[in-house]
Amino acid sequence: MTAESAPAPAAPAGAAEPRHGLRIFLIWLVLSAIVDPIIWFVWGPHLPPGAMSDTAASQQVDITVMAVMSAPVILFVLIYFIYALITWRQKPGDEEDGPPIHGNARISATWIIGTAVIVLGLFVYGTVELIVPAGAGAGEGNTPIWRPSGGTPLQVQVIAQQWRFTYRYPQFGGFETTDLVLPVGREVQFNVTSLDVIHSFWAIQLAVKADANPQLNNVAYTKTLHTGSFTVRCSELCGLWHGAMFDTGRVLSVAGFQAWATRTEAQLAALTRQLPPYALTYDANSVKQLGKAFHQAGLFGAGGNYYGSQYPVSP
Amino acid sequence: MAVEIQPEKAREPGGREPGGPRPARPWWMRPAVHTGLIGAVLGYLVGHWLGNFLAGGYSQVANSGQNDMAIVLGYLLGTVGWLAGLGVFNDLLRAMAGRPVRTVEEEEAAAAGGLARYFRYSLDHKVVGLQYLVGMIAYFLTGGLFAMAIRTELLSPTYHTLNANAYLMVVGEHGTMMIMMMSSIILGPFGNYFVPIMIGSKRVAFPRIEALSFWITPAAFIVLLSGVLFGGFPTGWTGYAPLSIQATQGQDAYAVAFGLMGLSLILAGFNIIATIICCRAPGMRWSRLPIFVWSMFTTALLMVLAAPVLVGGMYMLITDRTVQTAFFTEDLGGSNYLYENLFWFFGHPEVYILALPGFGIVSEILPVFCRKPLFGYRVAAAGMIGVAILSFFVWQHHLFMSGINPDMRPLYMLTTELISIPTGFIFLVAMGTFWKAKIRFTVPMLFALGFYFNFLIGGITGVFLSDVPADTTEHGTFFSMAHFHYTIMGGLIFAFMAGVYYWLPKMMGIKLNETLGKIHFWTMFIFFNSTFLPLFAVGLLGQPRRVFEYARNLQPLNDWVSISAFLLGGSILIFLINFVWSTVIAREREEGNPWRSRGLEWQVPSPPPPGNFRYVPVVLSDPYEYGVKDAPPVADLDPPVGVVAAAYAGTEAEA
Amino acid sequence: MSLPVRVATLLVAFVAVVGGAVFVVVHYLLGGPPVEDFTVGHVAGQPVNIVMQTDASSSPTAVPDHPTWVSYFIKNPQTGAWVHTTLFKVPANTRVNMTILGYDGSTPIRNQVWGHVTGTIGGVAYYGGKPVTTVNGWNGPYLIQHTFAIPSIGLNVPVEAGPGTCLNGPCTSNAHSTTTFSFMTPSHSGVFRWQCFIPCGLSFLYGNGGPMSTIGYMGGNMEVVG
Repeated sequence: MTAESAPAPAAPAGAAEPRHGLRIFLIWLVLSAIVDPIIWFVWGPHLPPGAMSDTAASQQVDITVMAVMSAPVILFVLIYFIYALITWRQKPGDEEDGPPIHGNARISATWIIGTAVIVLGLFVYGTVELIVPAGAGAGEGNTPIWRPSGGTPLQVQVIAQQWRFTYRYPQFGGFETTDLVLPVGREVQFNVTSLDVIHSFWAIQLAVKADANPQLNNVAYTKTLHTGSFTVRCSELCGLWHGAMFDTGRVLSVAGFQAWATRTEAQLAALTRQLPPYALTYDANSVKQLGKAFHQAGLFGAGGNYYGSQYPVSP
Repeated sequence: MAVEIQPEKAREPGGREPGGPRPARPWWMRPAVHTGLIGAVLGYLVGHWLGNFLAGGYSQVANSGQNDMAIVLGYLLGTVGWLAGLGVFNDLLRAMAGRPVRTVEEEEAAAAGGLARYFRYSLDHKVVGLQYLVGMIAYFLTGGLFAMAIRTELLSPTYHTLNANAYLMVVGEHGTMMIMMMSSIILGPFGNYFVPIMIGSKRVAFPRIEALSFWITPAAFIVLLSGVLFGGFPTGWTGYAPLSIQATQGQDAYAVAFGLMGLSLILAGFNIIATIICCRAPGMRWSRLPIFVWSMFTTALLMVLAAPVLVGGMYMLITDRTVQTAFFTEDLGGSNYLYENLFWFFGHPEVYILALPGFGIVSEILPVFCRKPLFGYRVAAAGMIGVAILSFFVWQHHLFMSGINPDMRPLYMLTTELISIPTGFIFLVAMGTFWKAKIRFTVPMLFALGFYFNFLIGGITGVFLSDVPADTTEHGTFFSMAHFHYTIMGGLIFAFMAGVYYWLPKMMGIKLNETLGKIHFWTMFIFFNSTFLPLFAVGLLGQPRRVFEYARNLQPLNDWVSISAFLLGGSILIFLINFVWSTVIAREREEGNPWRSRGLEWQVPSPPPPGNFRYVPVVLSDPYEYGVKDAPPVADLDPPVGVVAAAYAGTEAEA
Repeated sequence: MSLPVRVATLLVAFVAVVGGAVFVVVHYLLGGPPVEDFTVGHVAGQPVNIVMQTDASSSPTAVPDHPTWVSYFIKNPQTGAWVHTTLFKVPANTRVNMTILGYDGSTPIRNQVWGHVTGTIGGVAYYGGKPVTTVNGWNGPYLIQHTFAIPSIGLNVPVEAGPGTCLNGPCTSNAHSTTTFSFMTPSHSGVFRWQCFIPCGLSFLYGNGGPMSTIGYMGGNMEVVG
C-alpha cells in the first residue's frame, strides 16, 4: 500500500496546524499491522473452502491473500472517513466555507498509480493461481488448457439432470451411480454434462465448480488430499427442485475406493448393460436405444415433443 | 346589389384559429390513465385473440395446454393500447394529418397546477420527473415485499412457508422487479427533472420521448406482476435458456416486461444525451457541467448502447418459446452460451447503469455539505467515463464457471480488475473533498456517507469475485449476492434516498421531516449492514443462490439475516411514512435554498416555474466554487439584452 | 385538495394496496394443494398404507387449472376419495406400503439409471405381484410410465407402464398397472421432496416443464413428523 503523505496546503503562518496526513497514516499503519497478521495467521487457515483438495487449499490461500491485501485498503478509507468526519465537522455557529481546494495533481496521480499497481498485482497473482492448480477447480470447457501434469487422472463423469446428479466411472466399466466416491491423493478429472437445462456441479469442500451444459462437456480438475465427506450442490438455477438438488460425496482411502468401485461395478453390471455407451455428452436424439424408444412411443425432438415430429433435421 | 363577401380568414384544419387556444374539454374526455386502461384492456383482448388465431393449431400448444403466442401478443398489443389510450400517438397522428401539434410551452402554461396533469402524457419534464419518482418508489416497495417473502421462507431449511413453486416465483419476481425497474430510479426522477435545469435549459430535447419512456414503465410493471397469475417464472432474473424455454406462461411475462423496460431505457437515455449535448445554456462548457450531469450522461450512453442487446435477447427468447426457433437449443444447432453471452453483454453495463447515477448524486451532494469545491472534478468525470467504457469489456466474468474458452479468463480477469481503478476515483474525490472541510450532517449527507461505506464493501468484494480461482467457490453463492446487494442497494438506493431528501424541497417545495429522516437513515444503515454482511459468510460456507433448502448449520446465520431483513423493511416503511406524511398531509413549505447550495437548480424558485427560467441564463462558473473569495454567482439569471447572443458566439468557438 | 380529502384518498389507497398484497400472499404464495395426512390415528409400530394413481390427463372438474397435464392423485386415508395433490404427511421411522395404480401409457425414460429400483425394503418393487429390480425403459417386456423417487432417502421406483391410458382422472374403472413397494421413513422429521424422473411434460422442452415442474402434478413433498 503506497504511503499517503500530507499534501502541502497553505497552512496559515504561525498556526500550529496538526499534521492530519501524518496522523492518519500512523493510525492506518498501526491498525494494518495488527489486522493483517491476524487475518493471515489466525483467520486464514479456517477460511472456507478448507483444505480437502489441492484446489480448495489453493483457493483458501487466494482468499486469504486477497483479504490481507484489501484489509489495508478498507482500513485506509474508513480511518480517513472517520478522522475527517470527526475533525472537520462544522462547528456550531460557523457559517464559513472551507478552503477552495480544487484538486491536487500529485495526490491524484499517487492514488491512480497506487490502485493500478494493486489491481495489476492481483491480476498477475490470480492468473498464476488459475494456472498452477490446473484451472483452480473451475470448469474449463471441453478443451481444457490447464491440465495436471503426469499420470492419468481418475475420470468421473458428472451427469446433471433435473433434479439429481449421477456419476459415471468409465474406468470401471462405465457404471452409473448416485454415489460420488473418490480416492484420496489422486488427481480427479470431472467431465460435467447435462441432459436437459444448465446445472452447475459444485463440490463445496473440494472447491470444484463447473456448469453442466446440455450436449457439452465441461472439464474440471482437482486432487484430493484428505479423506472425509463433502457436499455437492447444484449452483445454477435449474427449475423447481434446484434448492433440493444436493448430495454428499465421500473421499475414501485408495483401498477403500478400489473396493467400493469393484463392488459397485459388479452390483450394477446388469444396469450398466442397459445404459448407452460412455460418451462425453448424451444427446437424446443420438442415443440409439432412446431414439428407438421415442419412436415407438411416438415422441420426438429433445425428449419432450417440443419441436414436433419432423425434428431433428440436420441444420 | 353586391353580395357582401366576408374575407377568408386563414384557418387551420380542424377549425381552430391560428395561435388560438385549444377548446377545453372535461378531464374525463382528455386522454389520461383511465383511457389508457381502456386501451390496454382492448389491446390485450385483440392480441390474445390474434395469438390464438395464429398459434392455436400448433401441436406444442395443444399438448402443453398453454398458448405463449396469445399471451405475448396480448401483452404487446395491450401495451400499445395503453400508450394509445394515453394519447402517446396523438401528436404523431396530428403531424401526419398536417394539424398543429402540442408544444411544451402551451402545455406548461395550460397546467397551472392541480394533480390531473400527473396522470396524463405530459410534455413538461418536471411533471415526468415527479411521475417517475412516485412510480419508482411504488416499484421499489413492491420488489421489497417479494424480498420479505424470500427471507420468510429462508428462516428454516426444512419447514417451508412457501412451496417450491411459490418460492421460485418470488425469487424471480423480486430480482427482476428490482433490476428492471431500478435501472431508471435516478435517471428517471432526478435525471429528467434536474438535468435541464442544471444545464440552464428550459426544456429537454425530446419531451415526447421522455414521457413515453415513463409511461412504458407502468405497463412493464403490470406485465411483470401478472406473471404471478401464471405461477411465475422459474429462472430468476437472469432467464437462462434452456430453462426459460421450458418454463410455463409466467416466463412470457418476464420476457415481455424486460423487453419493454429495455425500450424505456433506450428512449430515456437517448433523450438525456441529446439534451446534454444540445441544450446547454451559453457559458455551460463541458468543464462546468455539474458532476451529476456527467453521471447522467455516461449512464444514458450505457443505456442506449446496452439495452438494445437485451431487447434482442428477449426477442429471441420469445421466438424460441412461441414460434419454435432454436436459438438456444443445442439439439438443433443453437447454443445456450448464446443466451448467456447476449444477456451478460447487456447485464454488465446494466449494473453500471445502476452504479453510475449513485456516484453522480453523492459527488454532487458532498461539496454542498462540506462547503468546499469538489476535489478532482476532472478525475471524477474521467472516472465515470472510464467506468462506462470499460463496462463493455468485462461481461465474461459472470461466465467464468460456465465452460467458456479458458484462455479468455485471464483477459476478463484483467479488465474486471482494471475497472476497479476508475471506480475508486469516487473515493479519492470524496476524501479530497473532506480535507479541511466544514462537514454538516444533514440527512442527505448521512445517506451519501452511507453510500460510501456500503460501496466500499461492495467494491472490494467485487475484487474477490473477479479473481477466477476464488470465484470457483464464490460464484453462484450468497457471496456474490451480498456483493451486488451492497453495490446496488447499499450504493444506488442509499444514493436515491440522499437524492430524495436533498431534492424534494426543490421538486415539490415541501420539506421532509428531518427527525424521521435521521431515524430512517440510522435504522436503514444498521439493518442493511446487519442483513447483508453475514451473507458473505453464508455464501463462502456453501449456500448457493436461489435455494430453499440449505445446510442445517447455516440456520442461525440465515435467521439473523431474515430478522434483520424484516427490520430493514420496517426502516423503509419509516421512509414511506415520512414521504407520504410530508407530501400529502403535513405539506410544510420549504422555499428558497435550505441547503445553501451553489447549484443552478437551487437558484430558481421551488418548485421551478414553467420554463424553469424566465430568461435563458448565462452560466458564469461551475457550481462548486465554495470558499473562493469574490466568486461570481453560478449563473446570471437576468442577462442584459444582447449578452445571450454574444455569449452564443463565444461558446460556439469553445464547446 | 383540502386536508380531509387528502387523508381520505390516502386511506383508500392504503387499504387498496394492503388488500391487494394480502390477497396475492394468501392466494398465490401460501396457497397450494392439500396435504394428505397419514399420521392421524396412526399407532406406533404399525405400517402406513398409501395408494396413489397416475393419469395421462384429468377431468376439468377434478383439475381445473391444467386438465391436460399428467398428474398423480393420492387416495385420502379417511374418506377414500381421490384428491388432486402430491403432498402427504407420514410418521417417522415407520414402514410405508405404497401402491401406485398406473392409468397412463408409457414414456421413454431419459436416464436408464432410474429404471433401477433402489431404497425399498427388499430392494424390489412388485409389478402386479411379480418382483422387479431393474426395468429397461427402452426395450420390452416392461416399459415405464413414471417413477416415484425420494432422492434424499435413496428411494427410486419405476411405475410399470399401463395397458392403456385414462384421460379423465381420477380414474377408478379403467385398465391399469399396479406397482407396490415398501420403504422405511427416516427417523428424523423434515420435508423430503419426491419427483418423477421421466420427462413426461409433453411439449415442454426436454419434457421437464409443465406438470414436471409444478407441485401437485408430478412432484411433491413427503413430510415426516415425529
